[in-house]
Amino acid sequence: MESKRKWAGASALTMTLLLSACGGGGPGSSGGDFTGDKLVLAVLNDQSGVYKDASGPNSVKAVKMAVADFQAKYGDKAVVKNIEVTSTDHQNKPDIANTKASELYERGGADVILDVPTSSAALAVANQAKNHKKLFLDVSAATTALTGAQCNKYTFQWAYNTYLLANATGTTVTRDGGKKWTIIYPDYEFGQNMTKSFTDAITKAGGTVGETIPTPFPNENFATFLTKAGSSNPDVIGTMHAGGDLINLVKQFNESGLKEKGVELAVGLMLINDIHSLGVEQFAGTLFTDPWYWNQDAEARAWADKFMTETGVRPSFEHAGNYSAALQYLEAVQAVGTDDADKVIANLEGKKVNDVFLRNGEIRAADHSVVHDANLARVKKPADVKEPWDYEEIVTKIPASEGFAPAEASGCSMKP
Amino acid sequence: MSAVLQYAVQGLAAGSFYALAALGLAVIFGVLGVVNFAHGAFYMLGAVATAVLLDTLDLTLWWSLLVVPVLMFGFGVVVERLLVQWLLQLDPLYNLLLTFGLTLVLVELVKQRYGVSGLPYQLPGGLQGRLDVAGVVLPRYQLFVLLFSVAVCVLVWLMMTRTRIGMIVRAATEKPELARALGINVGRWVTPVFGFGVALAGLAGVLAAPFRAITADMGNNFAIILFAVVVIGGLGSIVGAVVAGFLVGLVEAFGQAYAPTFAQILIFVLMALVIVVRPAGLFGRQEATT
Repeated sequence: MESKRKWAGASALTMTLLLSACGGGGPGSSGGDFTGDKLVLAVLNDQSGVYKDASGPNSVKAVKMAVADFQAKYGDKAVVKNIEVTSTDHQNKPDIANTKASELYERGGADVILDVPTSSAALAVANQAKNHKKLFLDVSAATTALTGAQCNKYTFQWAYNTYLLANATGTTVTRDGGKKWTIIYPDYEFGQNMTKSFTDAITKAGGTVGETIPTPFPNENFATFLTKAGSSNPDVIGTMHAGGDLINLVKQFNESGLKEKGVELAVGLMLINDIHSLGVEQFAGTLFTDPWYWNQDAEARAWADKFMTETGVRPSFEHAGNYSAALQYLEAVQAVGTDDADKVIANLEGKKVNDVFLRNGEIRAADHSVVHDANLARVKKPADVKEPWDYEEIVTKIPASEGFAPAEASGCSMKP
Repeated sequence: MSAVLQYAVQGLAAGSFYALAALGLAVIFGVLGVVNFAHGAFYMLGAVATAVLLDTLDLTLWWSLLVVPVLMFGFGVVVERLLVQWLLQLDPLYNLLLTFGLTLVLVELVKQRYGVSGLPYQLPGGLQGRLDVAGVVLPRYQLFVLLFSVAVCVLVWLMMTRTRIGMIVRAATEKPELARALGINVGRWVTPVFGFGVALAGLAGVLAAPFRAITADMGNNFAIILFAVVVIGGLGSIVGAVVAGFLVGLVEAFGQAYAPTFAQILIFVLMALVIVVRPAGLFGRQEATT
């Protein structure tokens, strides 16, 4: 009985090997090299909460655009025909993100998880990616821990991090004469980390940070905080707030009279959707880092036009980042002819990439940080806005080498 | 010294806003005995309505100050007739649950319709700029909010204490049996008073539009501060709500200036202290709770 079973197993194995040798895994076929005969891209993000507009459902559409572009490019030559895009809401909660990621990898058949805003949620997903040995391409979370102390072989950070935000905005503003800073920040992890990154960058560029003022989170009334921030006569007030708190602070900054006294406002993290929702008048003149702007050049604009047809809005850098991550993942799969994570990673590592989103991009092998050129932007005056969503003037380009910390400094030791 | 004066002025400006926003909460509790958890959501609706009216009908802030409270009064009447009235004779817990659920529904509806990032709002021209008196700076708009709030608070207080309607309402709620015996139709006053409280919340929302983020969630955190205000002042006491509003504004301003991390906690420390010394709040009447 035992030997019969062995015999059957061996012949089945031979048959499989023979079949695959006869072109089973080649282009045009979706044979045994793809689990379940299909490729599954899962977008895990905030579908209903504060980051819904910045990324959310429209990032799912961006990923679908990448799939469509990939299929149009390769047609019959695509190594896999059946490509599925799924999406799940993590509500910005790390525990939910953790469970959902595990479900997606195990039962959802996900080959890759994309997006995942909120640093704590992203770190939970990175851990699941490591345990399941499947890919995680993070686009919307900013913590440097993803490619630093908590890095792993299966996790890539595609768009930006707090170091980029601090070095682009902090360094450039300081070099341009904004030497004396006061920083107001929400008193939780993101705000504290941003304040540290900014302080380092400002000091390195020859500036000083006079005062750092923590505020409760969330908070509506910033009047006295702003008076306090202005009392030391800084050149620049840096704010590390986001979402509703940022809007409260900007509205009250505009009323405080600090602007007229010549105090500049620099924002740590802002998305084009924030400007769109609050109106360009409120933010006019504000400096901030934008890893990618839809109207930064003709190529970006052409893609933004397509995106607008799909969604009715202009893309944020997170939308474009998701498109790029999905597209480069598909290109890597096409190159290696399988959804095997280790082989896809080997193809991605060290690759130099230029696409709609990544300019002068490099997928660093050492820490899996995807570095690329970024922009320091200033919000236009209402009179200079020529069309809807035309909100940013690019003050300067930040080369990839300046915007991102060198891999040696990341603190990442890659263990599979 | 001028810094202290500056913080005091900012505290009073913020306090007047808290007083006005808490007023409706105090009126509704004082008259109906309903702990209105939806007050933050009504405040949010006022602000959202203001932004939408400006966007769609070009109605400026001045018009919104008139139109939105009227709309919110109507909305309050509908809510009272459809929902609140059925639970009035039950344990107050039921109304607390009802209004809490109502908050969730309203917030979610606004999110569905207007998204999560907030609505834009521009201040009318005349209220921009600042007043600078001897180094103490106050934005014109804040000054406007301060004066407007004080005026409304005084009006409401006069209405409740000096007019016939006010006296009937107070009699009907303090001694309903006696009022009935004197031929006052107590039930008749419940609906308009609830609508009035909702209108006051909406009015605070209108004032908030130019200097606060207009999002579906804007009332959540704010409502918690308002509850602290009415508890400090004494649940249901109009004078208490106003005095406590200013007190909370000042505590917040000086907290922000001298102990930034604890600015919001200080409000609740104040609340705890008041409850320890006077369990019914500064102006609360012990017998009102029986």
